[in-house]
Amino acid sequence: MRGGLVAEFETGDALLAAIDWLRAAGYQRLDAFTPTPLHHLEEKLGIERSWLNWLIFPIGMGGAGFAFFFQWYCNAYSYPINVGGRPPFAIPAFIPITFETGILFTGISAFVLLFWVCRMPSLTHPLFEVEGFERATIDRFWVGVSATDPKFDLARTSHELAELGAGKIAPVGAITDEETTS
Amino acid sequence: MSGPAEPVFIGRPGDAELTDQLLSPIWLPKRKSWPLLMTLLGCGSLMFFSLMIWTFWTGIGLWGNNIPAAWAFAIVNFVWWIGIGHAGTFISAILLLFEQRWRTSINRFAEAMTLFAVIQAGLFPLLHLGRAWFAYWLIPYPATMKVWPNFKSALPWDAAAVATYFTVSLLFWYLGLVPDFATLRDRAPKRRQRIVYGILSLGWRGSAQHMRHYRVAYGLLAGIATPLVLSVHSVVSCDFAITILPGWHSTIFPPYFVAGAIFSGFAMVVTLLVPARRIFGLENVITKRHLDNLCKMIMVTGWIVLYSYVCEFFLGWYSGEPAEMHTMLHGLTEGPNCWAFWTTIFCNCVVPQFYWSKWCRVTPIAAWCLSIFINIGMWAERFSIIVLSLQQDYLPSSWHAYHPSPVDWGLLLGSMCFFLFLFVLFLRYIPFVPLWELKELKRKLLKEEG
Repeated sequence: MRGGLVAEFETGDALLAAIDWLRAAGYQRLDAFTPTPLHHLEEKLGIERSWLNWLIFPIGMGGAGFAFFFQWYCNAYSYPINVGGRPPFAIPAFIPITFETGILFTGISAFVLLFWVCRMPSLTHPLFEVEGFERATIDRFWVGVSATDPKFDLARTSHELAELGAGKIAPVGAITDEETTS
Repeated sequence: MSGPAEPVFIGRPGDAELTDQLLSPIWLPKRKSWPLLMTLLGCGSLMFFSLMIWTFWTGIGLWGNNIPAAWAFAIVNFVWWIGIGHAGTFISAILLLFEQRWRTSINRFAEAMTLFAVIQAGLFPLLHLGRAWFAYWLIPYPATMKVWPNFKSALPWDAAAVATYFTVSLLFWYLGLVPDFATLRDRAPKRRQRIVYGILSLGWRGSAQHMRHYRVAYGLLAGIATPLVLSVHSVVSCDFAITILPGWHSTIFPPYFVAGAIFSGFAMVVTLLVPARRIFGLENVITKRHLDNLCKMIMVTGWIVLYSYVCEFFLGWYSGEPAEMHTMLHGLTEGPNCWAFWTTIFCNCVVPQFYWSKWCRVTPIAAWCLSIFINIGMWAERFSIIVLSLQQDYLPSSWHAYHPSPVDWGLLLGSMCFFLFLFVLFLRYIPFVPLWELKELKRKLLKEEG
């Protein structure tokens, strides 16, 4: 969320109640910023489960396949050497490295892709300009309404958030900004 | 089981209060003993590096190993250190998949132990090469001689397993740290700290949109770390098991090594956790329940290890093979350096039985003292597997007793100092109790209590 409104709530339950209300009122592009994951938060926001695993799995498998192929290429095709009479293409002996490389590719791709889809590292962000937002990682619960939400209207949405009992309400970024939800 | 279980979390402090309790050691003034401790450990680490340089310069003739005991302290230390790391991954990954709540407050601590132990472990095979500057020969690259590494040998397996283990452990650990770095960025009083932790947090802001991906990536890393940790010590054991040396050539080695690894790792967690809990006053988040469970894990894995010893002996005797029978029945029990074998039996089979008593499990000092014995016992086990088998193989005319040199002992002691040096730095500058996970746990407990 780059532009829109954020509002602070004291407790997780207040935040969840506010999100329920906003969703019922027809808001779609919502985000929440909390010090710790809240139970059911993502369902209530209408966020679907991540699809990252569908991307990571083939990469991991590809890594394993690559390692297996590579061992075959080196030891059975490019330069076979007879060590202790073992066959050049010894499948059982190739398994450990195949497995480890599969794990390595999975691990690295999970890490890299996670931060890629989150567009991080992003050391500067309009949210960090909001006064008091630092408590989002300590003990306060924030909801964000994106400026690109069809129902978004600066004055009306602010008023609604105030009605919901938000402590602080602040605009984020340039509200006309092109939206980027990731 | 008698009586209600101890709680995993005592008291229900507010989020801000909990944040301050767990993070403030980073910015509060250090104790007077801090510089003293760092100097001591720093000197030990310097000794470690000096001995390493000396070894690089002169060669491994400085050590006690020679034919037939060509593998000795370096490999013993390697196997021991990497085994210690295993409990960290066990706690952070396997217990996560099993949704064990007592994992929460100790997982990062244990995971850091893994990282630093693997660093020590990785140094020893490198030193053992003698000409460490040729270590890159393990990596397949298009060489002018056109020859490739032999992937049918256990040594490239080892390199692949340990390198993967270190990388994945590091990523998993760092991923867990990102939200806490963000909290530090927002809470630390000094500008310099805010900048450093801000960079480390990569701009994390607790967004639910990010959390949905984070959850999957974190779960995936836990899911792959689980088979990984089991594979690493299995591969390490193959360094031995795929040879034909009596005492090594056994199919029981992979599970036997993995159990021993987790056993020694849990002992090391207790060794490190008891003082840290006391010094930082964490009795409310690292409770008697944690100690109790850790000690129970030591007992379980201890019994698997004991069972493996029995199997190993039985198989040696049952093989009917004279060399194998000699190693098992005489070489270990009455050969040169048989102190290692008897130390192993005492420390790994007798000492853990004290943990049957609940008092020994939940009294920090008792649990700590017993864990020291187990650390020693597991080192002695690695020693007796490696050295005692090598000393006496098929050809009695080439039997020779092994004697470690002072440099060997110095390197072992130095690696412990370097490990503790890194670990103490970690305790000082990185939040070692996962704050965001603890807040989540607290919320769940509050909800259950109504």
